Amino acid sequence: MPTKMMMVLIKQMFRKPYTNRFPVKYAPKDVTGLIQKVLRGEVKIHPPVPVPEDFRGKLAYDPERCIGCKMCIRVCPANAMEFIPETRKIRHYVARCMFCALCVDVCPGKKLPGEEAPVKALKMSEEFLIADYDKYSKNLVEE
Amino acid sequence: MTTTYTYSLPIGPIHPALKEPIRVVAEVEGERVVRADVKRGFAHRGIEFMGMKRNAIQTLYLSERICGICSISHPYAFVKAVENAIGMEAPPRAQYIRTIIAELERIHSHILWLGVIAHEMGFDPLLYWTWKGREMVMDLLEYLTGNRVNYAMYMIGGVRRDLNEKKIRAIKENMNYYRQFNQEMKDVFMSDPTYKARTRRVSLLTRKDALELCAVGPTARAAGLRMDIRQDQPYDAYADMDVRAVVPQDITGEVMGDAYDVTLVRLYEIDQSIEIIERCLEDLPPGPILAEPNLIKLLMTIKRSEGEGVGRHEAPRGEVMHYVRFDGTRDGPVAWKVKAPSYNNINIWGRVLVGAEIADIPIAVGYIDPCMCCNDRVAEVRRGGRELPYEEVRRKCREKTMRIKREVMG
Repeated sequence: MPTKMMMVLIKQMFRKPYTNRFPVKYAPKDVTGLIQKVLRGEVKIHPPVPVPEDFRGKLAYDPERCIGCKMCIRVCPANAMEFIPETRKIRHYVARCMFCALCVDVCPGKKLPGEEAPVKALKMSEEFLIADYDKYSKNLVEE
Repeated sequence: MTTTYTYSLPIGPIHPALKEPIRVVAEVEGERVVRADVKRGFAHRGIEFMGMKRNAIQTLYLSERICGICSISHPYAFVKAVENAIGMEAPPRAQYIRTIIAELERIHSHILWLGVIAHEMGFDPLLYWTWKGREMVMDLLEYLTGNRVNYAMYMIGGVRRDLNEKKIRAIKENMNYYRQFNQEMKDVFMSDPTYKARTRRVSLLTRKDALELCAVGPTARAAGLRMDIRQDQPYDAYADMDVRAVVPQDITGEVMGDAYDVTLVRLYEIDQSIEIIERCLEDLPPGPILAEPNLIKLLMTIKRSEGEGVGRHEAPRGEVMHYVRFDGTRDGPVAWKVKAPSYNNINIWGRVLVGAEIADIPIAVGYIDPCMCCNDRVAEVRRGGRELPYEEVRRKCREKTMRIKREVMG
């Protein structure tokens, strides 16, 4: 006896897959070779899914704008920030960061001469490919 | 003469069928369960203690990580508790946005449950189909808040991100999709004879048992109790929405309190959530979204205030309650207590598993949608034999020192 469930599921078989597509249809034998081919333009891959607006990626820190007020350290839930007393700037460990953007909210920023409003020292970038073997690697510590 | 033996069937704490650690010991006689016991405390992480060492804003983000699925239920209860304690109220616009996010989360959590229960029964294609539908609301939440889970949206005294025209339009489109998708889900789940046969009269929970064991949320509503925090103690925008608890007697006219009734309640609650979200969008008031935009000032206010507060929220699984106390010396809670809905609901396993078949255990376990990491707030370690008082330990330590001293010194 055909039921509604069967109908729905059979219909689904003829629809296009709902999930995001992999860069290539089948797993390549040689990933490095594939990347080089893509760089040379010989192979086309499915483009990556764009990040939504207001996406909270890796924190971007601009020491020029930092006034050393330590407010970000006070609100950071993950204790990802460290104050450097010599330079009166902060050091941010991305490996500890949990991407809540509270530090961005509290950052007062600094007004450089000739500017109308202060610009924040911290902002969330769109970078999300930040996996690394070493949590203290150069890519994951910002100062 | 024959003797009947009962076998004890331990499930968990680490078991391939369980997603989270909990131990269910069922005593079986043949295929029937004659006694069941639950042991919990395997996922205790000491979060409340961690929260008591941080300031209130840090604790808010810690509370978001209590549960892996409901990223907003715990922050919601926590901000209500802190606002209650320090006497602050969120602006109307923030209250409406909070309600919208909380209801969106209810939609995704209920669809998740429908998929999980289908998976437990062996309808795996149905799991993928329901979760396909869930992906839309996850994308919407990512669009609204910037993250699929752990939205970081709430703040004491308001919300952190506003809704603009584009986002409101996206929510409206999504709600149209879900109205249609939920209709399809209702057709699929309620018309399927196998599903009905598999869930009717399975894990029966009577009204009396539900009251005695303090069941909450959809589990209690499926047993016919009209209880819902949004109806009994409306907070934020729910006060304007006139929410009524969804109970099976209003849908089918009879109450069984079984897994089928829970499915009905959850399916119709998705409809209710869609309605609430659409009404919230219609009446969305203008104005600020934070009562105190300066977070450092907010922390100072908390540091100065003394008192205690309770926050309750109707999470997708039931009532979640947070209790906080401030003593005026530090900017974080000196006491923080979390009570998650699964804490009440897991108690009913001992009752509903009795008389069930072994093959019904996954449904009985799954139908309350348990969340172990939410409910494990205390770890109890039982040792065999008597407890060793610390004085005894100290005495032994000194004796050993003396013994070694004698050996060494000769």
